[in-house]
Amino acid sequence: MKTVLARALSLALAVCLVLAGLAGCHGQQKQSAFQVPDEFDTSKDIELTFWAKNDTNKTQTAIYQKAIEDFHDLYPNINVTIRLYTDYGKIYNDVITNIPTNTTPNVCITYPDHIATYMTGSNTVVPLDQLFADEKYGFAGSELKYDAPSADQMVEKYMNECKIGDQHYAIPFMRSTEAVYINKDLVEKLGYQIPDVLTWDWMFEVAEAATKKNADGTYALNGQNVMIPIIYKSTDNMMIQMLKQKEAGYSTDSGEIDLFNDETTAILKEVARHAQTGAFSTFKISSYPANFLNAGQCIFAIDSTAGSTWMGTNAPLGDISKDQIMDFETVVKPIPQFDPDHPQMISQGPSICIFNKEDPQVVLASWLFAQFLLTDQVQDAYAETEGYIPVTTKAQDSDEYQQYLAAAGTDNQVHYQTKIDATNMLLDNIDNTFTTPVFNGSASLRDAAGSLIESVVKSVRRKQTIDDDYITKLYADTTTLYHLDTLSAASGAKKDLGPLPGTAKALLITLGLIWIGIILVFIRQKQAAKARQRQ
Amino acid sequence: MKKIIALALAAAMVLSLTACSSSSNESSTTESSTAESSVVESSAAESSAATEASTAADGSVMTHEQFIAADVDSEVTVETYVQAKQSWWEDNGQGKATFYTQAEDGAYFLYEMPCTEDEYNQLVPGTKIKVTGYKSEWSGEIEITDATFEIEDGTWTAEPTDVTDLLGTDQLQDHMNELVSFKGMTVEASKDPDGKDVAYLYNYDGSGSEGDDLYFNVSYNGQTYSFTVESYLCDKDSDVYKAVENLKIGDTVDMEGFLYWYEGANPHITSVTVK
Repeated sequence: MKTVLARALSLALAVCLVLAGLAGCHGQQKQSAFQVPDEFDTSKDIELTFWAKNDTNKTQTAIYQKAIEDFHDLYPNINVTIRLYTDYGKIYNDVITNIPTNTTPNVCITYPDHIATYMTGSNTVVPLDQLFADEKYGFAGSELKYDAPSADQMVEKYMNECKIGDQHYAIPFMRSTEAVYINKDLVEKLGYQIPDVLTWDWMFEVAEAATKKNADGTYALNGQNVMIPIIYKSTDNMMIQMLKQKEAGYSTDSGEIDLFNDETTAILKEVARHAQTGAFSTFKISSYPANFLNAGQCIFAIDSTAGSTWMGTNAPLGDISKDQIMDFETVVKPIPQFDPDHPQMISQGPSICIFNKEDPQVVLASWLFAQFLLTDQVQDAYAETEGYIPVTTKAQDSDEYQQYLAAAGTDNQVHYQTKIDATNMLLDNIDNTFTTPVFNGSASLRDAAGSLIESVVKSVRRKQTIDDDYITKLYADTTTLYHLDTLSAASGAKKDLGPLPGTAKALLITLGLIWIGIILVFIRQKQAAKARQRQ
Repeated sequence: MKKIIALALAAAMVLSLTACSSSSNESSTTESSTAESSVVESSAAESSAATEASTAADGSVMTHEQFIAADVDSEVTVETYVQAKQSWWEDNGQGKATFYTQAEDGAYFLYEMPCTEDEYNQLVPGTKIKVTGYKSEWSGEIEITDATFEIEDGTWTAEPTDVTDLLGTDQLQDHMNELVSFKGMTVEASKDPDGKDVAYLYNYDGSGSEGDDLYFNVSYNGQTYSFTVESYLCDKDSDVYKAVENLKIGDTVDMEGFLYWYEGANPHITSVTVK
């Protein structure tokens, strides 16, 4: 009996161990955490892929290409192949697709919101703090072959935007914000003067005045069939900034969703009122704000400072035919405010992350290239293509950049007035910029915030009533569509992990039974030993 | 000794299970959330479909003439046939794709119509569908957005209409979104980022690379027009993409494609034949 029990117990143990082993093997293959090598191996050929975003701007493409060539001259053993995108969302989708097969790029232009999702893989994105601090290869490291910025020359605010939890998972590349590009002539024709700081109330008042029509159906202000006084390019930014300015909820740092609140409802009802009169529309519903602004069909075009080369009569870039372009003066202002004494605006723009690979030398090479993109020649050249600003004080303070700013308006290409006005507006407001908390799902929350405005505007145009019932249903639909009820937080928000899977339950039950068996055998053996002693 | 081994094995197993617990929790969470996601997606789709249905008008099918006459932002229902489709993609878990469709009396561009990947695969050229959505206009392009559809019996494939002589005229707009052809046009030079004359560009200004949209200029009767190979419709491996990459300035070409509109005619070309 004892032998049979012992054999059964051994068999159960063996089965259990095999199951446990298999369970341990199941799932995604994990990658080792990156450790900085002592030396960079210059004798080994390394191929890097760099997924980069440009604003459909050939000068930006050329700057990337030149950076790759210049870097290769310094590090002949590193070859960088660029893949160009014109949309952050497409990069995000492609990265997500490539994570399971470990075919991510080495270096990637991205947004911190997206990195938070990339990090759901195991050691997928390289934490950069140890690289920052490395004496040889870190910021301004002793072994670098180029003149990199030191850690204290990185704009601290922008570095903080690349932190997720306690670690940096990206470095900033360029920064921009949103601006209002205003047709000053039309504002003044309506009898208004542009204030130093726009308020939402003022902008909506002017916009409403612009909706007046002639008897023949044309607009009194421009005599055309089309006039959309306000067109907002990025409605997610609109909602986020309005909520921030009102100190209303959006999300907590730990990823709890606060988007659906009374202030949001008030904003949506305000938006609905102006959509109803035709005073307000969006890029997704109408088209690019610049097309309407330049045709004299829009007064307030709200878009990124990185879109400034498309704005205005003499804009170097454009999509509409020359005969449609009207002659007017463009004024650039920060986005409207609820409290003009304490302006607040979004900080946006590309950052750079590095994906982990098995070979630490490849990761180090990726870092060397990423850091090269922070050198003055790359920073200044790229910033000058649009209304971006460099992310290092070293590049911002450089003679070349200062001369560039000083030459505003001397031509309609590199020194295009509206572009440099947008740049200066951001430089004057760096301390007034903010970002939203980053967590796994923050990208979806951002999309949801924008979709609220888009839905309301569309519904108004489709003759639907925007009342409390509509808003309640909109919130419920949005929560479901963007999975806001299932978001997890990267930094410790409580989350229901759901029930244990069946295999885990079977293992735990088997384990319990085995322990009971062991204890029973142990007790029986003790009893037998005592019996033998008594005999 | 056996006892010690048995205890050691058991202890090892406990440790093994403990070590596995976090990964099995992760796995559990992932599986669980994936399952939840699929439930959420389908309920979202149902909810969306229910909303559309509840707001639908009488759902009577319009002719193309009635569609054109309808106000922008009004609800429309049409019967049409799939002619071509751009690639399917997922946006926050919602599958969608853009379709070029046409009936015998006119064409309809279905922008980002929600559909599952299986449905997308069923919507092959020729498939008859009944579509309910909203008439929209984006930079001059008349389209149907926020659409729902049902597959109906019947197939039909459009033959291209030659609109070469309508280029530059107001009548061209009457053929918006239709499958059309252009005959005997001449490839004109475009300027690449270095200022050199080239037959085509990746992106409108040459800022792209292989795989991006192709832009090329073609002329007829002394007027030059910009045509596009839309990469989501015809990717870099398609015949038309390769054909355009092989064009030379001065080539005479016949082309077919869909008469898309963006601030004016912007045909999405699907075939090019060098004469």
